[in-house]
Amino acid sequence: MAAQSSFRNMVVCLTLTCLLCASILGVVYAVTLNPIRGASQKALESALSLVLPPEGEISTEALNVEFEGRNYEYYVQTVDGEPSAWAVKSEVNGFGGPLTVLVGVKRGGVVNATKVLSHSETPGLGAKCQSDEHFIGQFNGFDTCTSKLLVRKDGGDVDAITASTITSRAYTLAVSNAVEVVGVVITGTVSDREAEKIGQTASLSDTLPAEAKDQTVSASNAAPAEAKGLATNNDGGQDNE
Amino acid sequence: MSKFGLITKGLIKENPTFVLVLGMCPTLATTTSAMNGLEMGLATMFVLILSNIVISLIAPAVPDKVHIPVYIVVIATFVTVLQLLMQAYVPDVYATLGLFIPLIVVNCIVLGRAEAFANKNSVADSALDGIGIGLGFTLSLTVIGLVREILGSGSAFGFKFMAGDGILAFVMAPGAFLVLGYLMVLFNKLAKK
Repeated sequence: MAAQSSFRNMVVCLTLTCLLCASILGVVYAVTLNPIRGASQKALESALSLVLPPEGEISTEALNVEFEGRNYEYYVQTVDGEPSAWAVKSEVNGFGGPLTVLVGVKRGGVVNATKVLSHSETPGLGAKCQSDEHFIGQFNGFDTCTSKLLVRKDGGDVDAITASTITSRAYTLAVSNAVEVVGVVITGTVSDREAEKIGQTASLSDTLPAEAKDQTVSASNAAPAEAKGLATNNDGGQDNE
Repeated sequence: MSKFGLITKGLIKENPTFVLVLGMCPTLATTTSAMNGLEMGLATMFVLILSNIVISLIAPAVPDKVHIPVYIVVIATFVTVLQLLMQAYVPDVYATLGLFIPLIVVNCIVLGRAEAFANKNSVADSALDGIGIGLGFTLSLTVIGLVREILGSGSAFGFKFMAGDGILAFVMAPGAFLVLGYLMVLFNKLAKK
């Protein structure tokens, strides 16, 4: 069986083993480097084409924007050189850890579609946020001017997943952050985002009937404040998921 | 022991999950569905077969006092190779198993087989032992995953046969312990006959 141990053969044996293993790993790493990059690039591309409208060109480079002290990556879709839609990588705290959602937003604060990029929610409960068709479907074409991006429990228009309120809240918060980030991107100003958001909504609501206008503006005013309250609520974590 | 016996003993007599009760961490954590259990079992089997082969090859040359560090380095190498390969070619599977792939390094089954079998048997026998124990582990994980998926999500291998939710507790940690316990009782009762 095993050889007799002496200082020299122990050093030789360990050194040889480590050298051999390290070189094997080096080779495998080099071989798999490109496929790994390709796979993550492909995953991102398919996610982008899923959340953005079919027409137009999508920028391949990620751009960065600061919003409420956090950095957001986003991609722009252009039609005839004009930006038409944005896809924002939005990360929030879910029930089990970070929840990253890619949110496609069209001009005028309309959500096109959303896709979970990574999550650590409970399987069978919060993890449904990436498979529950009703839950995901309700964000497709969600108009933030006429509906509120909050779960119904908090007075909004989003149906939460059964038994997963915190996950649903986090998901909704991710989407609403993304919409605001796009607002910042469009106007290019960070400090005046509140004013800009109203301005943006106002210009949009020109096309709406007069009575709808008031509701629209007040709704968009109320949303950020409640969203903040929501964030502290999440940290408490005493609620059921 | 016959060559055939080396494979079948891992399935029943020395079943790693229900009889030896080794590798409980991935067993409990990854069996939320039959597919996850199957994938985790196959990943472990891959490492187990290769590490058994290599360890039975190098065992005569390894000094006694450093044999555990050497075995662990060998096992860790295969796990990292597996991790890189999965990331490159099956990124979806890697995304679901994620954390538990690196944890195969400290899976008792792998080091346990190296210590108890591979370092005193021939290369061929060690490979067969790896296949047998690996199959036993894969089968156990798939069965646990299947039971949890049927009870907890109302589906089997991802195919939904029942509308709505199942008994959600079975998808979560308490369900893992319950299912494992009952299956262990059942398995040992049937295996004793």
